[in-house]
Amino acid sequence: MTDIRLYMLQRISAMILAPLIVGHIVTMIVAVQDGLSAAEILGRTQGSLWWGLFYGLFVAAVSVHAAIGLRTVAFEWLKLKGRALDMLGWIVFAGLLALGGRAVAAVVL
Amino acid sequence: MTDDIDTLAVEVWRGDARGGGYVAYAVPRRESQTVLDVVTWIQHNAEPALAYRFACRVGMCGSCAMTVNGAPRWTCRTHVRRVAKAGRLRIAPLRNLLVIRDLAADMAPFFDKWTEAGGTFAPTATRDEPAAEIPPETPERAAADAGIECINCAVCYAACDTVAMAPDYLGPAALNRAWTLLNDARDGGQAGRLKAVSGDNGCANCHSHQSCADLCPNGLNPTAAIAGLKRRAGRAWLRGGA
Ligand code: SF4
Ligand code: SF4
Ligand code: FES
Repeated sequence: MTDIRLYMLQRISAMILAPLIVGHIVTMIVAVQDGLSAAEILGRTQGSLWWGLFYGLFVAAVSVHAAIGLRTVAFEWLKLKGRALDMLGWIVFAGLLALGGRAVAAVVL
Repeated sequence: MTDDIDTLAVEVWRGDARGGGYVAYAVPRRESQTVLDVVTWIQHNAEPALAYRFACRVGMCGSCAMTVNGAPRWTCRTHVRRVAKAGRLRIAPLRNLLVIRDLAADMAPFFDKWTEAGGTFAPTATRDEPAAEIPPETPERAAADAGIECINCAVCYAACDTVAMAPDYLGPAALNRAWTLLNDARDGGQAGRLKAVSGDNGCANCHSHQSCADLCPNGLNPTAAIAGLKRRAGRAWLRGGA
């Protein structure tokens, strides 16, 4: 089940996510103004430390937040417990981090 | 509606931990009748073996709680008029606890959790020392005052969907008790209590959906108490404790 450490990590990751989501939505709206093309996106993001940090942090916070949330759902609805429950949390965390990290690397590097 | 009906159609859950079902009784409608009056009438007149609990009949002892038409209620102070639907009542034991027999649920896990949550007062003075002076206007005392009128009825516990989904969760009443003690300047057990409510079965499991506060017959707000625990425990965790 959820102890105060997981609770706080989920709250802190949510606090990090809130402004990043606003930034992400604003960016999307601004980005599509002149049509959306791969070249245009990569022109903005490639080699950009700023966008690398922005989306890197975004991915890290999502991974923490979603892993803890899904762990709670799995506990309450699937009745997973103990090691199996913690493993599920870590797998979701690692999976999201890997997928998101790969996407960020692809547009920034 | 129920006021101009002279007979109530009452279904009472009968059985034990192995199972059971509803049995129908026709009970005469009386003025100012409570749900406990209905149950008592059934035991006196129709079903002498019916098991249920009550003691004070005035909302003090917390022993008479049952599920009435789907919601947990203190039956001695719940008027039939308020809960009956078209003269119908369906009465069952409290949810989230095992049944002993009929309407009597096993309260042991509920009270064990009070202890588990650090609900025992840890005195820091003896009777020979002068009584501690606690100014009533301090925020801590105000927070404790808001939660001390609990009668241990387990209505909130039965109302809590998180207890239903996560049976080890300490639940609203035990955590509310821990919060009142955490705000008691005379208590010396705060470190252990904070640890107890910060753990796997503690305050962090609460989803703040407030069924407990909604149904507490004494108008307490365990959700607010638990929010206080989350703040206190969260701050302790940030400082490197818990
Ligand atoms: S607010 Fe918390 S304690 Fe109250 S019913 Fe909801 S989950 Fe249970
Ligand atoms: S908090 Fe309210 S509902 Fe819960 S046990 Fe105490 S009096 Fe009953
Ligand atoms: S009988 Fe005591 S509270 Fe109802």
